[in-house]
Amino acid sequence: MTELAQRLGFANRSRRVGTGVSIPVVIILVAAAIFLLVGSLVSPIFAQQTVAGLAQGAIFASLALALVLIYRATEVVNFAQGEMAMATTYFAYQLTLWHLSYWAAFFLALLMGFLLGVVVQVVLIRPVQHSVIAVVIVTVGLFVLIDGLVTWKWGADLKFMPAPFGNQVYHVGSVAFSRQDLGTLVVTIVSVVLLWVLFRFTKLGLAMRAAALRPASAALVGVRVNRMLAIGWGLAAVLGAVAGLMTEPTVFLQPTMMQAVLLYAFAAAVLGGLESPAGAVVGGLALGVFLNLIGQYVGFATSELRLPIAFFVLLVVLLVKPHGLFGRKQVRRV
Amino acid sequence: MSRRLAIAIACFLVAAAVVVLLPFELDGYHEGLAAKVAIFFIAVLGLNILTGYTGQISIGHGAFMAIGGYTTVIMSHDHHTNLLLTLPLAFVIAFGFGVIVGIPALRFSGVYLALVTFAFAVSVPQFALKFSTFLGGSTGIQTATAPGHLWLYVVSWSCAGILFLVAWLVLRGRTGRAFRSIRDSEIAATASGVTLPIYKTLAFGISAAFAGVAGSLFVLATNGFAQPNEFGVFLSLELLVGAAVAGFGSLWGVLVGAIFIALLPTVSADVPLIGSAHGQDVVFGLIVIGVMLLLPTGFAGLLQRLRTLPGIRTAEKEG
Repeated sequence: MTELAQRLGFANRSRRVGTGVSIPVVIILVAAAIFLLVGSLVSPIFAQQTVAGLAQGAIFASLALALVLIYRATEVVNFAQGEMAMATTYFAYQLTLWHLSYWAAFFLALLMGFLLGVVVQVVLIRPVQHSVIAVVIVTVGLFVLIDGLVTWKWGADLKFMPAPFGNQVYHVGSVAFSRQDLGTLVVTIVSVVLLWVLFRFTKLGLAMRAAALRPASAALVGVRVNRMLAIGWGLAAVLGAVAGLMTEPTVFLQPTMMQAVLLYAFAAAVLGGLESPAGAVVGGLALGVFLNLIGQYVGFATSELRLPIAFFVLLVVLLVKPHGLFGRKQVRRV
Repeated sequence: MSRRLAIAIACFLVAAAVVVLLPFELDGYHEGLAAKVAIFFIAVLGLNILTGYTGQISIGHGAFMAIGGYTTVIMSHDHHTNLLLTLPLAFVIAFGFGVIVGIPALRFSGVYLALVTFAFAVSVPQFALKFSTFLGGSTGIQTATAPGHLWLYVVSWSCAGILFLVAWLVLRGRTGRAFRSIRDSEIAATASGVTLPIYKTLAFGISAAFAGVAGSLFVLATNGFAQPNEFGVFLSLELLVGAAVAGFGSLWGVLVGAIFIALLPTVSADVPLIGSAHGQDVVFGLIVIGVMLLLPTGFAGLLQRLRTLPGIRTAEKEG
């Protein structure tokens, strides 16, 4: 947004915090949106696939956003993000076994996710914070650990939770939208918007952004940087939990449920430029829709090739824009 | 320098002697395990050349192992090539793929490079599923002949020894200096006349070639069976864990890292409390986290710290 804002003459103080969207990227995104809209109006199948893709993409987006939150704060990619989400989903499952309603379990699981994120940051990440590679290896260890613990407690076989949105299908003209897809889309978008509001309009959000971007300066003006980082990990885990709970209705509960989602979330986050929350959301939605449409219309793109295709797109985008769609080139002093 | 060199050669000879004498003491099963150490030694060594010495993070070395492994299987299965001959072939083909990946990788650095290589690691096994008539699909594909434990042990450790020497020779000379200068500062390296694209791609190629050889031995260690599952994302992560435990930028630490990732799953398989196969994951995860919390710079960092302890400080530091 910065370049655009500068050109239009209302660049403000958040200039350095903002993301760098260039005009060509905006044009391409608008063109893609128009293409999807026209396609949806012309063909009911296209419309259905687009909505299903958006729902899928919203899940990628929320996990990608979790990755971006942590990356911005600690310059580290959290490999355990998906497994943490999976663990909180299992926690929600356990609650429903104890006869809690789905939505009570949902919100308790989000709380649990927050606590998990905070504990992980304080106990495991903080001691090795100064070394990026050590943090990465710790998250890899955590990945295996959570996987082992969950499999040990609940077993590796499929589990089923009550359906959060029911199985109804809405008909608009000749287009059928499943309630599941729409519900997923709404829940993830609401959680992303709430998070954005938190970061943009509250004092806590401001402190967290300060702690992430300029830790030393933030500490000087009285921000408790370590506490903010811990809260950041907690919030990321909440987003992850939303992604996990929304993934459950389609792939059901199993220890490996989030692994593929995590990979797509990586792709989405990098596509948007790892630094940019808006980029992660756009990247996630775009990836979801793209994969669904490719799967529908291109015969060669069978399910085995979904991942390679996602990453091929990622590679092509990165070759043109090495810092992602919304990322900015980092300038380094010699 | 000469004293350090003498110590290095002595260490190498002792290690070689242990390796030569070990099979007389071990039964077949443990020979297989020891061969696994050699296999991971080669792979982690390759990763260390790239990440530890050239500063290019890769989370995709499992994919190069897959390429090497499938090279061996296809050559043996379709063309009945002698298994020994497939190893150099795996080296060459993986080198080629390393260069191919290394060229786009020139445009990336840091975490973007890590994720691009990770993407590579994720994608490669999927191709074995897609092109199942040629690559065997999810059930896998097997070599025409499966080697015995002793054969595997001897060949793995011979390869490990040869490749260790290769790595040592490459890294101590002009090329190694160029690699390290890239790691320390790309701009300073360019200013000193190091052609970045050539050396970075070369590092990728060499590193991938090592992983390729490790991959073909890895396949031979599982009765000559190559399966997409075996080369999943987790293998790449394991290699990264091995390199981190070893400590980046040290050749000697690699042995410790290799022992760590090769033996830990086996050792932790029979944990009393949790039991079953999941205990393995729990223990592996806990130990990986524990090691990183205690030794963030890996085994090499520990050695470095021991060397600078007041009591042990010797003249070799000057060397």
